[in-house]
Amino acid sequence: MAKYLLLKHYRGAPASVNDVPMDQWSPEEISAHVQYMNDFAARLEKTGEFVDGQALAPEGAWVRYDGEGRPPVTDGPFAETKDLIAGWMIIDVDSYERAISLAGELSAAPGAGGKPIHEWLEVRPFLAAPPTITE
Amino acid sequence: MNEALLRSLTPSVLGILVRRGADFAAAEDAVQDALVEAVRGWPADQPRDAKGWLVTVAWRRFLDATRADAARRRREDLVDEEPAPGPSPAVDDTLQLYFLCAHPSLTPSSAVALTLRAVGGLTTRQIAQAYLVPEATMAQRISRAKRAVSGVRFDQPGDVATVLRVLYLVFNEGYSGDVDLAAEAIRLTRQLAAAIDHPEVAGLLALMLLHHARRAARTAPDGSLVPLAEQDRGRWDTESIAEGVEILQAALARDRLGEFQAQAAIAALHADAPTAEETDWVQIVEWYDELARLTDSPVVRLNRAVAVGEADGSRAGLAALVALDDSLPRHAAVAAYLHERGGDLATAARLYAEAAHKAPNLAERDHLTRQAARLNARRCR
Repeated sequence: MAKYLLLKHYRGAPASVNDVPMDQWSPEEISAHVQYMNDFAARLEKTGEFVDGQALAPEGAWVRYDGEGRPPVTDGPFAETKDLIAGWMIIDVDSYERAISLAGELSAAPGAGGKPIHEWLEVRPFLAAPPTITE
Repeated sequence: MNEALLRSLTPSVLGILVRRGADFAAAEDAVQDALVEAVRGWPADQPRDAKGWLVTVAWRRFLDATRADAARRRREDLVDEEPAPGPSPAVDDTLQLYFLCAHPSLTPSSAVALTLRAVGGLTTRQIAQAYLVPEATMAQRISRAKRAVSGVRFDQPGDVATVLRVLYLVFNEGYSGDVDLAAEAIRLTRQLAAAIDHPEVAGLLALMLLHHARRAARTAPDGSLVPLAEQDRGRWDTESIAEGVEILQAALARDRLGEFQAQAAIAALHADAPTAEETDWVQIVEWYDELARLTDSPVVRLNRAVAVGEADGSRAGLAALVALDDSLPRHAAVAAYLHERGGDLATAARLYAEAAHKAPNLAERDHLTRQAARLNARRCR
């Protein structure tokens, strides 16, 4: 088994095929989208492949250490050009192919007009703990 | 085996151990052990005196633990001091435990966790699941909290207000999980109300009951939020409402108003209205005025603006909003609502989208996005 992070972006990903902001959809289309996402997570829980899923607020700030005795420096809100993560799902699957296939399904979530969004998702393998047997 | 009975005995059993001289942290562990043993052993053989059994087993566990890791002399002192079994001041002990677990030296999250374990009798695993953190993290939080209050004398009177804030937090953070935190908060507040006669304790209990009564109507089958005005009032729990109103009236009659009674009064006025249109907004505004006087909270003034909008029209509501900082949480959502009522759908749609962008949780974000979408769809037609 290997863990993969599926990352969803507010911005920074290549434009999706069906690229319409959500507040321009119909309320029914929004419901259908939310339902699809919930069903997807529920199905992965049933197959024993779901680990975690979380959404992030679009707001935040950069922070860094600024030396002994000084408060951390913050820089925010984010510039319009910053790549912005919207949320993630962590899955634990048998193969890279399975991870890709699941990400593909997630990207097919319905959007405006009830058609798939074709959203670009980032798929990132976790760096795992070293195996017991190495030779 | 009755888990509810077991959990209700937790604080008094723990109180007895502490009064006998056990330090709080060790006593709390011992009581948890006794609870686990009861859950395992009682299905076959439930003792007639459940509390006596728990005290005996917990005390034995405590002595075993002390024997294992503490000085021999301390243990012998304790054994010598062990009082004869007999009636114990259960109510006082329970109250002292609430004070201890909500001690001002604790952070809110620590106080919540400690209260749920030491007063509520929940296991660390259950509390961790309820707050969506790893069990090891919650175990650390609880043991640090126990260390923090270990030097506090058990017979010092505490501040009821700090206890109420902790219970309010438990009720309001309705995460999912095995444990129904809202129901647990009601149980603990009810238990507190039995231990101390205080109008604000009654006020908080009434507030919880009145909000809990609407729970089934608050979400649609697909999990989306249903706003108060659109809820199916036939699905409100009338028994819970009746109890909340009765408790509130008795509290108000004592003429010592506090913020929880005022909040409960607002919830009661909503519960009273057979339809959203029949809501007595004028009285609700008056209660918000009281609440603003008691708390001076900007969140209260924001909610008051909604009530003013309903009572005196959207223009008056928007005027009340002008005085408030627009960085307040939900400010944009309130502004959107008032603009929609005033007929300015374009501004309302823009503000709903902005509010969705700032929403503090997913359910609200989806709801606000839907509101924006609804208005945009209507304008396009």
